[in-house]
Amino acid sequence: MENLAELTTQALKLVAEANELAALDHIRVEYLGKKGQITAQLKSLGKLCAEERPAAGAKINEAKVQVQDAMNARKADLESAAINAQLAADTVDVTLPGREAERGSLHPVTHTLNRIEDIFVRAGYSVEQGPEVEDDFHNFEALNIPSHHPARAMHDTFYVDDRHVLRTHTSPVQIRTMLKRSGPLKVICPGRVYRCDSDLTHTPMFHQVEGLVVDKDVSFADLKGVVSQFLRTFFEADVPVRFRPSYFPFTEPSAEMDIQCTHCKGEGCRVCKQTGWLEVGGCGMVHPNVFKACDINPEEVSGFAFGMGVERLAMLRYGIKDLRMFFENDLEFLQQF
Amino acid sequence: MKISESWLREWANPSIGTNDLVAQVTMAGLEVDAVEPVAGEFSGVVVGKIIAVEQHPDADKLRICQVEGHAEGMQQVVCGAPNAREGLIAPFATIGAKLPGDFKIKKAKLRGVESFGMLCGQTELECGDDDSGLWELPADAPVGTDLREYLDLNDKVLELDLTPNRSDCLSVRGIAREVSVLNHCAYNPVVIDTVAPEHNEVRQVSLDAGDACPRYVGRLIKGINNKAPSPSWLVEKLRRSGVASLGAVVDVTNYVLLELGQPMHAFDAAKVQGNITVRLAQAGEKLELLNDQTVTLKPNVLVIADEQKALAFAGVMGGKASAVSDDTTDILLESAFFAPIAIAGRARDFGLHTDSSHRYERGVDHQLQNQALERATGLIKDICGGQVGEVFSAVNEADLPKPAVITLNKNRLAKTLGLRLEDADVERLLTGLGLELVEQSDDAWQFVGPSYRFDIAIDADLVEELARLYGYDKLPTRTPVFANELPSTPENAVSLRGLSAALVARGYREAITYSFVDPKVHAHFTEGKKVVTLKNPISADMAEMRTSLLPGLVQALKYNLNRQQTRASLFESGLVFECGDADSADIYPQSRRIAGLLYGNRQATAWCHAKEAIDFFDAKGDVEALLAVTRNSEAFSFVPSAQPASYMHPGQCADVMLGGQCVGFVGALHPSTAKALDCGKNTFVFELALEALLEGAVPAFNPLSRFPAVSRDLALVVEQSVNATVLETAISQAAGEHLKAVSLFDVYVGQGVPEGHKSLAYNLTFQHAERTLKDDEIQQAVDNVVKTLAEGYGANLR
Repeated sequence: MENLAELTTQALKLVAEANELAALDHIRVEYLGKKGQITAQLKSLGKLCAEERPAAGAKINEAKVQVQDAMNARKADLESAAINAQLAADTVDVTLPGREAERGSLHPVTHTLNRIEDIFVRAGYSVEQGPEVEDDFHNFEALNIPSHHPARAMHDTFYVDDRHVLRTHTSPVQIRTMLKRSGPLKVICPGRVYRCDSDLTHTPMFHQVEGLVVDKDVSFADLKGVVSQFLRTFFEADVPVRFRPSYFPFTEPSAEMDIQCTHCKGEGCRVCKQTGWLEVGGCGMVHPNVFKACDINPEEVSGFAFGMGVERLAMLRYGIKDLRMFFENDLEFLQQF
Repeated sequence: MKISESWLREWANPSIGTNDLVAQVTMAGLEVDAVEPVAGEFSGVVVGKIIAVEQHPDADKLRICQVEGHAEGMQQVVCGAPNAREGLIAPFATIGAKLPGDFKIKKAKLRGVESFGMLCGQTELECGDDDSGLWELPADAPVGTDLREYLDLNDKVLELDLTPNRSDCLSVRGIAREVSVLNHCAYNPVVIDTVAPEHNEVRQVSLDAGDACPRYVGRLIKGINNKAPSPSWLVEKLRRSGVASLGAVVDVTNYVLLELGQPMHAFDAAKVQGNITVRLAQAGEKLELLNDQTVTLKPNVLVIADEQKALAFAGVMGGKASAVSDDTTDILLESAFFAPIAIAGRARDFGLHTDSSHRYERGVDHQLQNQALERATGLIKDICGGQVGEVFSAVNEADLPKPAVITLNKNRLAKTLGLRLEDADVERLLTGLGLELVEQSDDAWQFVGPSYRFDIAIDADLVEELARLYGYDKLPTRTPVFANELPSTPENAVSLRGLSAALVARGYREAITYSFVDPKVHAHFTEGKKVVTLKNPISADMAEMRTSLLPGLVQALKYNLNRQQTRASLFESGLVFECGDADSADIYPQSRRIAGLLYGNRQATAWCHAKEAIDFFDAKGDVEALLAVTRNSEAFSFVPSAQPASYMHPGQCADVMLGGQCVGFVGALHPSTAKALDCGKNTFVFELALEALLEGAVPAFNPLSRFPAVSRDLALVVEQSVNATVLETAISQAAGEHLKAVSLFDVYVGQGVPEGHKSLAYNLTFQHAERTLKDDEIQQAVDNVVKTLAEGYGANLR
């Protein structure tokens, strides 16, 4: 029996020194297995008298538990170390780029058009479209621009044949809408338009959005309200808006709308040619002759219309300096939007 | 229209400064584009007179002048101007003067001779463009007077950008009228005296062009001296309006045009044979114009003719043969009214645009002709002398424009503006513009429009006048309230935005290319199509309307390849154009497309990928992703193009079918096309009819099965020519009702597969909705598949 303490100490020492699970298993077999050295101590119980046996048995069991506990603890330590080692080995550089994160982009004109549409559609406007090769009636005649009207010279029209042009504005869509739909109207007409003009500040194709509201008792005050609200919403700023008398054959009264220069805040700079204002579009009350061309009685309803250049708005909003970049489709340009 | 502020203030002189005046007229609809000083910044320049000239002893080109004008008496000035001569009156910058550019005049020595000041030319003072020598001032210019004071050079030029409706403001008279109404200040028109005739020679005038010319007024002035110089006030006023001085008679007619708005013309009476006829040109009639251009006239052009020939392109430009020259002694002065419709567009047809045509096509006051003639007569007589003849005229009263009689309803005015103006204000503003109030009731006025306003015909015109004179900024602003019906919202509608988003998610960048394309590039894509061509393209390489979005995308690719890009995924949506049948309702059919282009490696160079070139299936995958947006992918199918377009690779092109119709295609650009367009090999494209994608499906639920699914794999060896889709369809049909899914998981060609064959490996999944399938049921289905494919397609199990 004097062996027991020694064996226990020996076993515990070996457990503490074990560096792998296999070594622990070996210790278990050597000391606690059926033929193990501590287990073998039980056989010596038979040599003891009956009164001594229980106490000695308990001692042996105690030693077995002690070694087993030590082994369990050591095993847990080794397992945890193994996991940690594996985790350390599996560590990656999380700052490396992810796989296939590449995403494309929409053209800035589309972004701007979407934004304009969203603003108006939320207020109950619908979106209308029309052809780009347009006939003389829809592009000019119905808009109170008869042939030889001096205003035709304002338009630098591309001709397809004597009676067909590339639409010079999106206004013909207003005509088509009024001819097609009756009753109160609230529409916007976005799209490509064409003018035979090309220099630093003009491209032969650009985009417009026009709005048209027709209802009973629509007034110039309503027009001012809608347009100013739109511009403030679009620019997300309480930007001053100015209405300046102008002339369009299809509206009367007509106005050009200016916003305070977004660049100099009205102080006067190169962008606004020292005026403090930037022209962003035209608007006015629908001319009675336009209603008549659409079989609408101008005595019964009134309406207003407004139009804006989309590239112009996009340039102001995103700080694009050169109009021509819109149609070069340089990937370095496109990927910024 | 350029007008000098001081000239304007002779007619209407409000007590506000230049800046306020500019802001005011701009906000009244007469936009001021620019305000420029009429002269450069200088001081200390007086009217000088050269009393004596002698040659510089040491310089051929320099003269030593004795100049009068300085307060301290005669000054010696060394001058290099070729026109420096005794008696010449010219600007004299004295010692201490400051010239434009902060150039100070000091006492100087030129080649050893002392010079006390400088004699100046126009350009040195920024007072004009004449740089030929000293500025020759009129003989009566007061020597010693400050030049700025003498010529009123502290004046400014206002440049107005007038809208085409405001022809009445193409004159000092018209702008002054506006300014006086805007400021409640006096309107002081020039007093025009009738000049008493000194002889009675006249020419008969026949008006043979109906309402194109209802009034023609003329007069002969004989014995004038057209060499007489135009006085400096006249030259200066013309200069400030951007008009060069060309001789007294022409200067006067230009002056009257600017002052009153009446274009006039002076003929050399000696070159006018007999009487005058205003008529339409004969077809092919030729006329040499003042600008040396010879035009072949058409019968829609109005001419002034004598008994032999056309003398002038009426309302546009005079003829060279009858033009006034320095030697002219007798002139025939013309003051006529031509109807806008008779002049509009005519000048432009010949590439011309004149001050006269600009005014006539917008509308000239039809009551102004006699007044203008008297004004011009008086000025010519003052400057050139001569004997004034009797006025002769021809008028068709019936063909003159009728005055507009307009009823303006007070309620309508208030409703349109959202504001009720005071009656007195309405009346003051409109009568100030020259309208005549003829009748008035509690709820309406009746006005008659003035003869110079071609843009006032209906009540809306008066509303506009009132709005702008009252001030747009002072009119109320209101948020309108509309009845909002909920719009119909079809759930199966697919938006372009949704389709674009799918492509953007797959790395595509949206391009916007011009709708007109280069015919050379376009030619590769137009096989069998009738192309819409522009009559007046902006340049030869933008002359055709695209029949496909691909030429634009290919050009965009090329643009980027030239800028060192190596990969590109681009898409665009928009209209394409074709010529339809001439007699159909749709002469130019236009349809919306969505197209894409794919080039380069599959992925950007990255640490985690090998470099792999894209192939057909990248492009097809993108199209499939696009179709998936409709939630109706099953409705579409891909079939090998029966007749691939000539610009497509014949072995790598699939038609996209919907309901038996081809709605687009996807494939590789033909290598020859790519080479010809210099846009890189291995380019894949797709183009689809957008309309085919805009109607999708609303999802319909299928019950889920709780019973296990069983799968079987089949590797089938077939000939290369057998299409996967065909095989898959056959499998689906042969596998029976419990087949839940079939998927192709391997395509193999090589060792173990006979030459000319391929192995396709399919995974078949079987499932029953209400019970577990038995082995023999599945085996039976698989056997049937194998048998059917063997019989139908010669397929062998591998």
